[in-house]
Amino acid sequence: MSIGVRESVRDAFGNALVELGKEDERVIVLDADLAESTRSGKFAKEFPNRFIECGIAEQNMVGVAAGLASVGFVPFVTTFCVFASKRVCDQVSISVAYPRLNVKVCGAYTGLFTGKTGATHQAIEDLALMRAIPNMTVIEPIDAREAALAVKYAAHTPGPMYLRIARDAYPVLSRSTNGRGETEATGTEHASDFDGIPEFMKARTLTEGDDVAIVALGTMVHTALAAREALREKGVSARVVAVSCLKPIDEAGIIRAAAETGAVVTVENHSIIGGLGGACAEVLGEKCPVTLRRVGIRDVFGESGADADLARKYGLASDHVVQVCLDALAVKSRGGGGSGFQRLARAGVGRCGL
Amino acid sequence: MKPARWVEVDQCAHISVTQLPDVARRVRHHVLSMIHASGAGHPGGSLSCVEILVTLYFREMRVSPAEPRWPDRDRFVLSKGHASAALYSVLAERGFFPVDELLTFDAIDSRLQGHVDMTKTPGVDMSTGSLGQGLSAACGMALGAKIDRRGFRVYCLLGDGETQEGQVWEAAMFAGNRGLDNLTAIVDYNKVQLCGPVAQVMPLEPYTDKWRSFGWSVVEVDGHDFEQLISGFNRARETRGAPTVIVAHTVKGKGVSFMEGQAKWHARPIGDEDFELAMEEVGFFQAPRGSVPNPAMQGAGGGKG
Repeated sequence: MSIGVRESVRDAFGNALVELGKEDERVIVLDADLAESTRSGKFAKEFPNRFIECGIAEQNMVGVAAGLASVGFVPFVTTFCVFASKRVCDQVSISVAYPRLNVKVCGAYTGLFTGKTGATHQAIEDLALMRAIPNMTVIEPIDAREAALAVKYAAHTPGPMYLRIARDAYPVLSRSTNGRGETEATGTEHASDFDGIPEFMKARTLTEGDDVAIVALGTMVHTALAAREALREKGVSARVVAVSCLKPIDEAGIIRAAAETGAVVTVENHSIIGGLGGACAEVLGEKCPVTLRRVGIRDVFGESGADADLARKYGLASDHVVQVCLDALAVKSRGGGGSGFQRLARAGVGRCGL
Repeated sequence: MKPARWVEVDQCAHISVTQLPDVARRVRHHVLSMIHASGAGHPGGSLSCVEILVTLYFREMRVSPAEPRWPDRDRFVLSKGHASAALYSVLAERGFFPVDELLTFDAIDSRLQGHVDMTKTPGVDMSTGSLGQGLSAACGMALGAKIDRRGFRVYCLLGDGETQEGQVWEAAMFAGNRGLDNLTAIVDYNKVQLCGPVAQVMPLEPYTDKWRSFGWSVVEVDGHDFEQLISGFNRARETRGAPTVIVAHTVKGKGVSFMEGQAKWHARPIGDEDFELAMEEVGFFQAPRGSVPNPAMQGAGGGKG
């Protein structure tokens, strides 16, 4: 896997489950009649005895996983994001998160991009729901390599976790620790044994910039990077900060980006309510109020359509991100939105909790 | 052949059937005392399942009070998590924690939460309280035992009204299809739920047919009759290839005349007068009030004094 090549995130997820299955016989995968779509079917083929087809009964599936975890297994529950969150919110909360059982809830098909399925299958609230549940860790990998790492990390880290896995292929941005130095360091470094916290748990600066920070969640970093290029042509220096771990969010990383640029634009394939935009608003509102704009689905249900068309209509395309960044810059330059706080921050006054 | 490990743990209480009624009386005493002291709780559904729990913990299940997380123990899931007072009382009687601790029920910082919490209470194998979820977890435990070829059995107590939840039937379908013969569900069929008789709120009949159609072996017993409960559990253990449900016909509020069959006693505090009367009726032989410190009452008194 080389950096820059497009790789399917869900294939990487499925392959990582298989790798995990080879290493650890405690790993069990459960699915609810979607194994071909989620790619957990790869695991089913390799380890039929440790793959549990639960049928179209997600609530029971989550409970079964909780029971398996309580007797020492490491269950990965796989289904679409909508069902892995809304459909089983109470089961995840009470049977998994409350007793801190070692269940990994894996949602496939993120946000609006679900293959022309329309609103019923678009996950625009899953992050808000999962993030609000105590004890839950919430991760959305930025690319295929990071998806594989996240699976490994989940298996090696006790406790409930929500993995949000994109359906499609994206350029690989992250790199492995062996590095081999063949490309620029743009993304994830990680400890291969997962003794420590891997790099993707932090908010990472992918590209430096001073005028505005585009903080993007998961695969939306690719949109953010495209926007950054367009902004550069307009003479704007945008920093792109990748967030893969939405909860616990790297507060210091978010605050640093805000303090050093004075304007933050969040970008996510999710409702602007309760996801990355919500999380950043919470952090910055309390600790470093700067100009903040949220790019995401603006409290509406989606519809059927090609991904690119959906992105355009619902404001998730890079052009839109560019416009929002320019707007944020204009507000910042007028000194609005933060009671002058950001100017103090930019002047290095260091009032932003750094 | 028993693994050598078994000799080291207190796997079975080994008490005789004739001793069980005394344990049940003590448990009813604890249940009433706890709910009286805390000023909250679920007396009706706790009193209806006393014999079921006593049979499980004193005759049927292999558990180790000295080592609550003994890996090979039998598992119990109280899916009707609101009957916590009954489970805590049985666990305390069985030696998982001091009986004195029962009166901390529901109080702040107590290990005994209103609904059972496996992270807090020794002997509790699953956190429950949102109805309908326990049987699924029990399925996972039983499936885990099958995958690992371990010998432990899994028991799950459901309320009758609780089985109105769709997830229960998802779990029933799952267990039936998987042939989880190491799983035994017990339904505390007391026929009364919070808002009235089950037959009025949402009738379940024909009830045993429902379970059979999902591939379960069904046993019907009088849920207050120890001999019948024991023989029901024996039949469940002998059944191969299918999970067993014991439909235990019980009486809500069993043992206290003015609570029996009364929906209003599903969840309500027990006042002083009712408590005196109830304690007499359940036939405990010595007045226990005042014999154990009551932190909730002390706190209230201290504040006023």
